[in-house]
Amino acid sequence: MGEHIVIIGNGIAGITCARYLRKLNHQTQITVVGGETEHFFSRTALMYVYMGHMKFEHTKPYEDWFWKKNNINLVFDWVTKIDTESNQLALKNSTKLNYDKLVLATGSKPNKFGWPGENLHGVQGLYSVQDLELMEKNTANIKKAVVVGGGLIGVEMAEMLHSRGIKVDYLIREDNFWGNVLPKVDGDFIANHLKNDHEINLHFNTELEFIGGDSKQNVTSVFTSHGNEIKCDFVGLTVGVSPNIELVKQTKIETKLGVLVNKKFETNIENIYAIGDCAEFTNPVKGRKPIEQVWYTGRIMGETLAKILCGKNVEYNPGPWFNSAKFFDIEYQTYGVVPNKLEPNQNEFIWKDEKNRRLIHLVFEQETEKFLGINSFGIRLRHEIFDAWLTKGKTINYCLAHFEDANFDPEFYKAFSYDFVDAFNKKFGKSIKVKRKSWLRILNPLAS
Amino acid sequence: MKHLKTIGLVLFLLGLITFVSSLFVGSFSIKQSELNTLLNENEKQNLLESFQTEIADKNFASAFEFTNKITSVFSAKNEELKTLQQWDKVMWNSPQEFALPIVKSAAQGSIKNNKTFWLLITIGLCCFGGLIFILPDLNLYKTKGVKNENVFKSSIKSQGIVGIITGAFLISFYILLYWFPSYIVSWVLIVDPISELLSGNPASQWFLYGLLYTLIMLVMGIRMLIKYRGNKYQIFRTISVMFFQTAFAFLIPEILVRLNQPYMDFKNIWPLDYDFFFQWNLDQLIASGGIGIFMLVWGILLFAIAVPVFTYFYGKRWYCSWVCGCGGLAETMGDPFRQLSNKTLKAWKIERISIHSVLVFAVLMTIATLYSYFSGEYQILGVETSSIQKTYGFLIGSAFAGVVGTGFYPLMGNRMWCRFGCPLAGYIGIIQKFKSKFRITTNGGQCISCGNCSTYCEMGIDVRWYAQRGQNIVRSSCVGCGVCSAVCPRGVLKLENGSEIKRVNDNPILIGDKNIQVIHETF
Ligand SMILES: Cc1cc2nc3c(=O)[nH]c(=O)nc-3n(C[C@H](O)[C@H](O)[C@H](O)COP(=O)(O)OP(=O)(O)OC[C@H]3O[C@@H](n4cnc5c(N)ncnc54)[C@H](O)[C@@H]3O)c2cc1C
Ligand code: SF4
Ligand code: SF4
Repeated sequence: MGEHIVIIGNGIAGITCARYLRKLNHQTQITVVGGETEHFFSRTALMYVYMGHMKFEHTKPYEDWFWKKNNINLVFDWVTKIDTESNQLALKNSTKLNYDKLVLATGSKPNKFGWPGENLHGVQGLYSVQDLELMEKNTANIKKAVVVGGGLIGVEMAEMLHSRGIKVDYLIREDNFWGNVLPKVDGDFIANHLKNDHEINLHFNTELEFIGGDSKQNVTSVFTSHGNEIKCDFVGLTVGVSPNIELVKQTKIETKLGVLVNKKFETNIENIYAIGDCAEFTNPVKGRKPIEQVWYTGRIMGETLAKILCGKNVEYNPGPWFNSAKFFDIEYQTYGVVPNKLEPNQNEFIWKDEKNRRLIHLVFEQETEKFLGINSFGIRLRHEIFDAWLTKGKTINYCLAHFEDANFDPEFYKAFSYDFVDAFNKKFGKSIKVKRKSWLRILNPLAS
Repeated sequence: MKHLKTIGLVLFLLGLITFVSSLFVGSFSIKQSELNTLLNENEKQNLLESFQTEIADKNFASAFEFTNKITSVFSAKNEELKTLQQWDKVMWNSPQEFALPIVKSAAQGSIKNNKTFWLLITIGLCCFGGLIFILPDLNLYKTKGVKNENVFKSSIKSQGIVGIITGAFLISFYILLYWFPSYIVSWVLIVDPISELLSGNPASQWFLYGLLYTLIMLVMGIRMLIKYRGNKYQIFRTISVMFFQTAFAFLIPEILVRLNQPYMDFKNIWPLDYDFFFQWNLDQLIASGGIGIFMLVWGILLFAIAVPVFTYFYGKRWYCSWVCGCGGLAETMGDPFRQLSNKTLKAWKIERISIHSVLVFAVLMTIATLYSYFSGEYQILGVETSSIQKTYGFLIGSAFAGVVGTGFYPLMGNRMWCRFGCPLAGYIGIIQKFKSKFRITTNGGQCISCGNCSTYCEMGIDVRWYAQRGQNIVRSSCVGCGVCSAVCPRGVLKLENGSEIKRVNDNPILIGDKNIQVIHETF
């Protein structure tokens, strides 16, 4: 028997770690404890279950036999206490569990800010399967809903409600959609889509004051910072998430917002590590945030930690930032960094095709013309190409000239790059010519 | 707009009800003189006597009663001849096949006299209602995104009670069509006017089937075009299957018949076209002179040259999602059911055994057929060639391809036949897997494992399994429908014909983690 590694949390971070541990080492004893669901599922797909695109079954990336076959022991239960002295976990329904090494991958929980009325019936966030079940109940046969918080989960919730014919009022604190991430042009572009194509009622620069209910403790309306009352039967609170560290707080493990770790995911206690949404880097990787709450980073952290636990000398070393989302019908991808407000030494180029709901937003260094990042709406782009361009520090000229290599839209798509490179040339007095797509370059993006 | 859809649905259902009811309309009686013209010499000798007393000039209330009468007389006579060992007099056709022309010409009443009217209030009304149901979607959904809302809340699309009823209806239709055609004589009568217009001949049950098939593909093709109108790949390939069905499978063969040429569907390829090398077909082609020889050569070139070459450049999809009639029906009428395919590893295992067994069966049957053709022997290794052919025709040609293949759409998804049964798909799949430029490229690290792709893959491929590990999808069963790519919310999948190098990446790298490259170097 090898050492016993116990992972708390069967989300993407914990499960990826378990899978790679097993891949790299056949001896280790691996146990994953998760209280939310018996088997790993894709949190990102919760909305599709609500909308009827899928059944819950479909959100499970691995068939149920997979875990046993790979000798990964699953415990469907909640950890109630960590005893760092005796290396022991107390569980809610089962007997205690001893570990040699412990991995914390407990994810996040939705924020609540102590608003009056936030505990009324019909007021909720969306994070877990249980939240989804509750939402199913809370939204049965209702007509009007308010969503609070202009971020990714908020817009998903708006889409979910809209798909059931529920009228949505959407309160957004900033003056543009997802304002702490998207530049105003991009945010407005999405806001227009929500307003014009899907009749979502957006209220910018508006905060929630309190939530009103009736004598049965059911929500009846929200009151905004402008003193307006909006009648509703449901309130979705999606004002961000924060690390889920209740469990850890009672221990000697150091925390701030999340569980504090170094780039090897080590906490202050020797044999305890943290990954995924719940981890907070004391010294984040340059250009990255201390807490990263996305699917991809959870996956990368899980894989990296598995290697570390198997004795490989690596640390968290993500490549250039990337992410993606979908706002109703508009797909969004981003590579590199497009700040919501330009830094002094940066310049940008924006190309918009309102009719076809497409937008490209490029940012580059003013002097060196080094390409820094792109937001793309309605156009799919090749990750590998952008990763190579960013890694090698290509110039904006190079990227635009080779843009056709990077297009990832389904076949027979219209090649837009000719249009927007024209516009770019006009704006900046350049004469970049778009080259034809080349398989040679696509397959060896780091070569040229 | 929603109301218009409801009206469309009501009209469609009315059409369907009239269509089914028409089977019970009319009475049947046949004159002695008509019987004389319908029976051949042997049949006359065998049956005319009993027919005179039991059938001629009598009135029967329904096609079922009348058919049963004819088939019982027919079978009784055959039994008698067999016990007497009068083998030269035994009639070898099936009683149902035998009955169909008699029942058809015996039909009396409203349908026989107003075929066009009945055509309009049955099939016509169904098409019209269907279109009224479908077209408002253009207006209902302003944006071009794929809408799969409430698929798993709809009874018909998620194996609910309506789905089961629909499946039962389709299965019954195929059973009647293949084995009891004279029960559905009203339907054959209804489409007579169109058949006469095209080929000059009255309709057979096969014409009925071809017409329904084509109309369903056209109406449901329009639905497909609207649903995926934001995606040019989907638009082009849907138009393509609609075209090939209408022109190649339906119109051209009928016109050939009108011109006294052999019936041929120029896009049907052996071994899907399993009777291509059957004696009757070869004889007919060779007897038709130049054009027949051309057809023969064409048929051979298709499977020997066109399939490998096109598959090398474009993958299986060039046929299965752009040309094939079975594929065409699956992609149009079958689209609402694509999510019902089984994605388990177990299903994949069964699929590989089953499709390749059918391929082997088809090849062996064809070898036996050709052996008999050239040697003149009726048997090969002690087995009668004709019984091998009959078994294949019954089990694979009718039961699998028809009853299971289409009847099970609402029960087990729309590509049951293509996935588990089609020998041509088996053959093309082997080429696609080992020698092709086609792959579905996975977009670096962008997959969020949501599962939309796997859910909507009609071939039951667990696309997500590959996508989430950054691996390209190279699977023999992938028909390249492109729907996984269309429904992916993160732009992760792209069907493309690239270079063979780096097509299969067995050790995929999930982009976004710089460590992985480091590790690769140290290996
Ligand atoms: C609705 C929604 C949509 C999203 N969409 C996207 C997207 O499109 N793209 C993207 O990049 N990110 C998305 N995210 C964010 C992404 O899902 C998270 O970043 C990711 O799931 C975090 O993974 P994790 O493994 O760190 O934690 P989690 O997925 O939260 O997993 C942690 C698990 O541990 C369990 N757990 C916690 N404490 C205990 C305990 N004491 N005992 C036992 N079990 C415990 C939790 O119940 C949970 O199941 C979305 C999130 C939500 C809520
Ligand atoms: S649909 Fe796209 S994001 Fe979802 S699992 Fe499939 S490839 Fe991944
Ligand atoms: S993998 Fe994609 S393209 Fe291939 S059959 Fe499945 S859904 Fe269609």
